[in-house]
Amino acid sequence: MSQPWIRPLRSWAMIGALTGMFVVGSAGTFVAQAADPIKIGLGMALTGGLSANGKPALLAMQIWKDDVNKKGGLLGRPVELVFYDDQTNPATVPGIYAKLLDVDKVDLVVSGYGTNLIAPLMPIAMERKLTVIGIFGLGNNEKYRYPNYFQISPTGPDPATSTATGFFELAAKQTPKPQTVALVGADAEYPQTALGGARELIRRLGFKTVYDRTYPPSTVDYTPIVRAIKATNPDIVFVASYPPDSVGMLRAAHEVGLQPKIMGGGMVGLQFTTVMASMGPMLNGIVNYDYWVPEPTMMFPGIQDFYKQYQPRAAKEGVDTLGYYLPPYAYAAMQVLGQAVEATKSLDQQKIADYIRNTEFSTIVGKIRFGKNGEWAKGRTLMVQYQKVQGSDIEQFRGPGKKPVLYPEELKSGNIIYPYSAALK
Amino acid sequence: MARTVPALIVGLLVVAAGIGLVTLRVNPYLYFAGYVILQYVVIATAWNILGGYAGYVNFGTPAFFAMGAYTSVFLIQSTRAPLPVLILAGGLVSALLGLGIGYLTLRLRGVFFSIATLALSIVLQTMIMNWEYVGGSRGLSVIRPSGPPFGNYVMFLFTVMVTLAVIAVVTARFIERSWVGRGLAALRDNEEAAECMGVPTLRLKLFATTISGFLLGVAGAPFPYYVTFVEPNSAFNLDYAVNALAMPMIGGTTSWVGPVIGAVLLGSAQQLATVTISSEMNLFIVGIVLVAFVVLAPEGLLGLVRRLRGR
Amino acid sequence: MFSWDLLANAVVSGLLLGGFYAAVSLGISLIFGLLEIANIAQPAFVVLGAYAAYVLNNAYEVDPILTGLAFTPVFYVLGAVVYRVYYESFERRGDEALRGLVFFFGLLFILEVSLSLKFGVDYRLVQTAYTKTSIEFGGVGIAFRYLVPCVIGVAMTLALYLFLSRTFYGRAIRAVSQDQQALRLMGVNPIQIKTIAFGVGIAAASLAGALLICIAPVIPSTDRDYIGRMFAITVLGGMGSIGGTLVAGIILGVAESFMATFFGPSWSLAVSFGILLIALAVRPAGLFGR
Repeated sequence: MSQPWIRPLRSWAMIGALTGMFVVGSAGTFVAQAADPIKIGLGMALTGGLSANGKPALLAMQIWKDDVNKKGGLLGRPVELVFYDDQTNPATVPGIYAKLLDVDKVDLVVSGYGTNLIAPLMPIAMERKLTVIGIFGLGNNEKYRYPNYFQISPTGPDPATSTATGFFELAAKQTPKPQTVALVGADAEYPQTALGGARELIRRLGFKTVYDRTYPPSTVDYTPIVRAIKATNPDIVFVASYPPDSVGMLRAAHEVGLQPKIMGGGMVGLQFTTVMASMGPMLNGIVNYDYWVPEPTMMFPGIQDFYKQYQPRAAKEGVDTLGYYLPPYAYAAMQVLGQAVEATKSLDQQKIADYIRNTEFSTIVGKIRFGKNGEWAKGRTLMVQYQKVQGSDIEQFRGPGKKPVLYPEELKSGNIIYPYSAALK
Repeated sequence: MARTVPALIVGLLVVAAGIGLVTLRVNPYLYFAGYVILQYVVIATAWNILGGYAGYVNFGTPAFFAMGAYTSVFLIQSTRAPLPVLILAGGLVSALLGLGIGYLTLRLRGVFFSIATLALSIVLQTMIMNWEYVGGSRGLSVIRPSGPPFGNYVMFLFTVMVTLAVIAVVTARFIERSWVGRGLAALRDNEEAAECMGVPTLRLKLFATTISGFLLGVAGAPFPYYVTFVEPNSAFNLDYAVNALAMPMIGGTTSWVGPVIGAVLLGSAQQLATVTISSEMNLFIVGIVLVAFVVLAPEGLLGLVRRLRGR
Repeated sequence: MFSWDLLANAVVSGLLLGGFYAAVSLGISLIFGLLEIANIAQPAFVVLGAYAAYVLNNAYEVDPILTGLAFTPVFYVLGAVVYRVYYESFERRGDEALRGLVFFFGLLFILEVSLSLKFGVDYRLVQTAYTKTSIEFGGVGIAFRYLVPCVIGVAMTLALYLFLSRTFYGRAIRAVSQDQQALRLMGVNPIQIKTIAFGVGIAAASLAGALLICIAPVIPSTDRDYIGRMFAITVLGGMGSIGGTLVAGIILGVAESFMATFFGPSWSLAVSFGILLIALAVRPAGLFGR
């Protein structure tokens, strides 16, 4: 087949390539750093299931870093972000943070995005007495009660019920009061927690459950599920889903003609720019949780400057272009950390933790004060309703009007269209 | 038998070296990375017993690994059993799983066995996702026990993994050189002919799947203590399936040395990639390296070395 | 919670889903069922086809089915190339069992990650005239979103069946799976035939991908959901039986639909594979296999 001298050549080439990869890779690990920056380390979901949110979050943090460095850095030193991809796989987290702490020798750490990626960080944080700011984890500290953990996510002191509270309280306020509830959600972390919270709210507010089922996340066809729900004729439909199922359920609901008096709740993904653009008017009437919308009541100091920087960079990097969901919170997390460092004039983990615990911070997502277990003292998960959405242009979502805030009261910017069918006209 | 004694001595020396390494307190990061690489040594060796020696490709490595991990979780939640018990229990459960799947797919040709193992992964994952006691789809946080014999807990796990890796390799080597290994090789090359020659193919296949399953379960049992948070998606991760395939392929499937080399090289490369390149490029490179090896160097590195020696 | 209405709808949903599943599995039915090449990378090709449909739909509002059809020759060539590499590297040396599998696994990874690098991980959807409409037939609702892929799936099955039974190359493909030597003796190059077969299998992925993105949003890792389904359907239907693939696809679709409607969807996926495992244990040749 091939010449006699080619065979050993190929073998050597393979060995050479491998050795080269090895050497270059190892060298890269231990390269020295420049200047004397303050290093903040984290793992972030840049690939895998949560990367759709992880990448924008990282971008927001990098914008914060640039903003801080433009103003002279922290404690007079430039700030550097050292980050690695955790691949949405909790098994990588111990290794990543070991590298950050022991090899890169970072001064401060922040968590990755999501409950599952924060969980493996907790024992490490407790063992090495680190102050950790968690990004959008649900109840990570309930088991550990570690005092130096703080959570950036507006879910508040009772994360499990945070989504359900707004939704069901809105339902309860309507006249005549709706009676029956259908619960449905994916077999996955967040939806299960949200459904648990929903059951609690149902009990509290005296509703009656007529359907309560879950489905595996890789379901293709949601029509049978929606049909089964329709057969029970519920007044309220609470859905806790991840992006592909949110889209699937909503489409199926339209095809089957499911029209309860109020529908939505914990549907992740309907906040994403690409989904909003392609679902368009199908979203009308859905009452769903959200974290930030461009309504007049949400214009906190600094938020508009943030978006002026974020949106062009996001478009270039191919991540969520509007960024009206997680990014400002990632930025706020860094603000909290940075303000604590400046105020205590130190990088001491305990001093920073004590400061964070006892201070009310002013960030681009409003005022934040931490309470029990590091959660926000007061929950602020929004309930918004999609109204008058037309066509698939994302520009309509750039400004106010299409997603008015219905809950909580202090941030309310519009009125609910009830029942659901009225919003579809 | 005479050849086993020196092998055992070497094995003990390696374990001692591992413990020594820990007491030296080298940069702690290396223990985390080292744990994962050693875990892959066990996985690759275990896979190779069935795949390389017997020629039956197991795509369901995640199922066996995860069953080891979840058996641990179950025991931790219910009885707080000590680590050796967890390891043994995890191994046994996965061994039973191996036996079961072997028995079920006995009559099928190789490729059907492979598909069955793929289906197995999915079925088991669904079952675990619906089992609230071990966390279900939400996952479960596991608190490490206090007071390891020396160092911190991860260092302890590192030495445990060194021991397990040695056990796995010694087992593989023992099998390879015994009549079992020869029988497996015969059935790999031509199952019908082997049967005609009186090789008890049925029993050998069952033996191989059981041992392979046992070792995979053993690899998974300490996992909950390492990662402290177990959830189905990461326990049943497809990466385990791919790596279990790639590592023996790269190293060479015909001998116990191959999986070790493959695990060390590919495992280290992946650990490095996680903390350097750090993006999808990591996975991309694994894919390219895998395909390159499989196309250009089908006998793995061992084969390359043999060719260079001019054999 | 039983009603005839619900039952009828469950059955119809299952049938429609089944047609789609069959379409997606046709490539594997050909490549694995007839040529016995375990091409695990097939789902990645399907997702590749889905992205091709997405790109053209997004930029020029081209109907995804048209894109799927238009790209068929491109995918055919791709398939032919892949097979040649596979043949040169493995089949010729008799190594295909182990290393061929690994080759395809690596290919799957490369494809998936390339799509990730290029398109990111946002969910991609298409807009067509029919993705939002449905019709009612006496209490049974049929969404066009499912009807169109099902109809096309059945059409594809029929086309492939006719190709294999009525055309020269089709019959040659059938022959090559049974006896390569005999084929050679008749003056036909079996390698060329297998190249054609593989190419057709991958070409089927192009259209299947277009159907996929009509039904549900797609991200690069969607391929993993389908690896198991494709092989399950092919094996359940019987190796080498195209019609069997359609039947098996429908069985799987109806099983999943029934589970979802009456028992709660959590178990539907596992039940499908449970069926496969039992079928393998009881009748490994599948329903219509040789």
